Amino acid sequence: MSDAALLLITVSCSLVGGIVIFLLPEQQRGWRTAINLGAALIKILCLLLIVGAVLNGQVLSVRLPFLPGADLVLRADAMSLLFAILSALLWLVTTIYAIGYLEGAPHRRRFFGFFSLCVTATMGIALAGNLITFFLFYELLTLTTYPLVVHRGTPKALAAGRRYLAYTLVGGVVLLTGVLWLQQLLGSVDFSHGGVVSVLADSHRPALVAIFALLIGGVAVKAAVVPLHGWLPEAMVAPAPVSALLHAVAVVKAGAFGVVRICYDVFGIEYAASLGVLQPLAVMAGVTILWGSLRALVQSDLKRRLAYSTISQASYIILGVALFGPLATIGGLVHLVHQGIMKITLFFCAGNYAETLGIHAIDQLDGVGQRMPLTTVAFTIGALGMIGVPATAGFVSKWYLGQGALAADMGWVLWLLLASSLLNAAYFLPLLHRAWFRVQRQPWPEEHIPRRPGRETSLLLLLPPLVTALSVVMAGLWAGAPFSPLVWAQLITALEYRP
Amino acid sequence: MIRSDALLPILVMLPLSLALLLLLSGRWGRFLSLAGMVLTTALAALLLSHGGQPLHHAMGGWPAPLGIGLRADGLATLMVMMTALVCSAALIYGEYWFDGAKAEQGRQFRPLAWLLWAGVNALLLADDLFNLYVTLELLTLLAAGLAALMATQAALTAALRYLMVALIASTAFLLGVALLYGATGTLALELISIRVAANPQPVLVVAMALMVGGLALKAALFPLHGWLPPAHGGAAPPVSALLSALVVKASFYVVLRLWMGPLAPLTGGVGPVLGVLGGMAIVWGGWQALRQHNLKMVVAYSTVAQMGYLFLAFDLLQGAGYASALNGMVLQAVAHGLAKGAMFLAAGALVVAAGGYRVDQLQGMASRQPLAVTALAVAGISLAGMPPTAGFAGKWLLLQAAWLNGQWLWLAVMLAGSLLTASYLLKVVAVTFLPAPVAASVGCGQRLGGVALMLALLALLAGFAVMPMLQLLAPVATTGGWL
Repeated sequence: MSDAALLLITVSCSLVGGIVIFLLPEQQRGWRTAINLGAALIKILCLLLIVGAVLNGQVLSVRLPFLPGADLVLRADAMSLLFAILSALLWLVTTIYAIGYLEGAPHRRRFFGFFSLCVTATMGIALAGNLITFFLFYELLTLTTYPLVVHRGTPKALAAGRRYLAYTLVGGVVLLTGVLWLQQLLGSVDFSHGGVVSVLADSHRPALVAIFALLIGGVAVKAAVVPLHGWLPEAMVAPAPVSALLHAVAVVKAGAFGVVRICYDVFGIEYAASLGVLQPLAVMAGVTILWGSLRALVQSDLKRRLAYSTISQASYIILGVALFGPLATIGGLVHLVHQGIMKITLFFCAGNYAETLGIHAIDQLDGVGQRMPLTTVAFTIGALGMIGVPATAGFVSKWYLGQGALAADMGWVLWLLLASSLLNAAYFLPLLHRAWFRVQRQPWPEEHIPRRPGRETSLLLLLPPLVTALSVVMAGLWAGAPFSPLVWAQLITALEYRP
Repeated sequence: MIRSDALLPILVMLPLSLALLLLLSGRWGRFLSLAGMVLTTALAALLLSHGGQPLHHAMGGWPAPLGIGLRADGLATLMVMMTALVCSAALIYGEYWFDGAKAEQGRQFRPLAWLLWAGVNALLLADDLFNLYVTLELLTLLAAGLAALMATQAALTAALRYLMVALIASTAFLLGVALLYGATGTLALELISIRVAANPQPVLVVAMALMVGGLALKAALFPLHGWLPPAHGGAAPPVSALLSALVVKASFYVVLRLWMGPLAPLTGGVGPVLGVLGGMAIVWGGWQALRQHNLKMVVAYSTVAQMGYLFLAFDLLQGAGYASALNGMVLQAVAHGLAKGAMFLAAGALVVAAGGYRVDQLQGMASRQPLAVTALAVAGISLAGMPPTAGFAGKWLLLQAAWLNGQWLWLAVMLAGSLLTASYLLKVVAVTFLPAPVAASVGCGQRLGGVALMLALLALLAGFAVMPMLQLLAPVATTGGWL
């Protein structure tokens, strides 16, 4: 198969799937499931083929004419694959979860249709080969996630959707301005390792600082960097699979990935450091990490606490980028994956609690470990990972970030990481304590799925969090194994820092 | 084998003869109309396949100063194609809309719509000033007739008001034409261009002001837009689609033709004026659209705002940004035609299903009328200039032009306009996700929404055909449009 076809199929298989799902009648549950899973599997297969090629040192790309001086470019390099594989795998898991979660709910056709379009957009972001392509899919992601956020159709959901679009559309305009400006200076801006802007004369440096601010400002909205994070906690009214998608697979991750792309492959990390823009970025990330954790502490709603935790954790990725140096880069990139699998585990579990027992508030968790042991084990693994306990994925990320901070001679970051870990512990450990060590004091709010021997909830809801929790442990224990996220992140880092 | 320039008169005569036939035929009208639609659209596509090479045709073999000339370049070709798509969609939609009790209106709609098609094509292909005037006048009368089709008090008032305003505008335009004729002694655009360039007299500035002013009134440029929302908002949906997508666009097209041709040496001081008015239209129209509670008025005010982009672009049509601005405004015109047509058609479908015009009656439409809501949303995405639509390409090029010329204010206004557009459309689309208040569904299928969606998808797909479209425009952009 030619490179072009491979890349186009990778991006478009979920697009076609989504369109077919829209055309199928609502009742065609079996076909819809088959298309969902089929498209997810085709996508993973294509990505495996691409991985093979990339490991041989190839960079696949396809170029389509789009606008004068701005082609659509899809390009698979090591960095795009990191994000593409993460979202393809998590999409599969989330789809399975969503099928179980939405059992019998109305408007499933609409839900799964937009779900597929959303993944198309995410895949496009991952494989975008230049800024204009990135922007195109980035906006597409905004538009396709809106129907998912407002899926429940309640006034609260609509308010959340309005807020979401208000933030992201303004962010999109800011990003567009940056893209346009850079386009005037450089012509078409294809991503490339080590950056592309360093060819410009020194007189453009002030402009480049402004462009950096515009581009990062645009993507920081989706990455939920404080103070642009307001939409994320509100968006928690969406169904649990959507939260998982927003936090771990698509939206927040797309923003963080955007920061990574812009810093490394547009500006080049060394050039960005010489512009002096990384220091402010690090401070922004640091503030977000602390603010998100502090806000998480005071939330009484489980999903809102997780949402603030995402705000905090996503900025680890940005911090890793902003700390100039290979070790921190490894930490940031690997956290892109690790945060994804840990957070999706937590959201799956929160969804299970809500869907099985009607638990939404934290003080309703007492004794849930007895009732739903497997889910609670998965939740515990995810939470411990977030805290950064050794033998979990989170530890690996923090280890490299800490090393990177030392190497970059930025001691305050170590304190920041320490403080954040303590805060994470402070808001996650009480949950675990309630779940495992307290006894149930009140009846479950609404028991939707009755207990059956050996089965705490429906199988489709139970398996996904167990799989992702297992991967959290594996990524922590076998961090050095071939194809682990860590090894892949090291590979990318080696490309970004030229000898 | 007919010569390819014979396409030009056929593109005018075919719709015209069909309109006359449809006045007579009763039962076979529907099929005749459908066949004509396919044929005319195919001819427009044939013209498109000519690659934008300029075609001239002298009617009856009489050359320019004596006979009537027709000409087509890339710009005209693109607009002819857009017209064919919008007219086809509106005519098909009309077959479903004017059904049952409204069948009588339908019999009037068909020939009027075909006459409008003929008129728009004639205007797009006209090669002399007098023909431009005649076709403009024809479109005005047809538009007023179509707007009055609903025969309600409000529709009649709006139609009459439109007629008055448009006649004043025509008078101003005609006066300008007369002055131009007096000064140059010809009506053929090409000759006028040469003579004006050779001898730009002060009287020509007056002529230009009269012509552009009259056309701006017809194109509902702020602050001369007051007539448009009631006329377009009050008409039957397929009519609104034709008026908003084509008729106001025709006036804009004439300004563009004159701007790049005969009046090119005189445009210096007028550009900024159109820029300011266009910018105010974007902001004011967008703000008013946001404040409307009637769905069709939202869409109608959106036309005011979007026409603002087209007129603002005249101020971008200079210096380093010239080519980008020209490409951008043509794409914007095409994109707006398709998207606005789709939007009015979708609004019509929603109004029927909801049993009322108010936006808050649209609850539950996302599940009851998914095609219409999707059409509305996709068209809205194009209007707001978000990728990957034709609207995005147009806005991108206009922004690029503003950047190249260093016109920062216009850059900011256009970006703000996009956000305004997104806001008022979001306001509408969001309501459709609320659960329906009662299950009492008005009997209405998905066909109306389906037609609207087809047109909206064309606006989307055109976003991927930008480069071929710009290739058609390349000769126009390099020669200033007049050969």
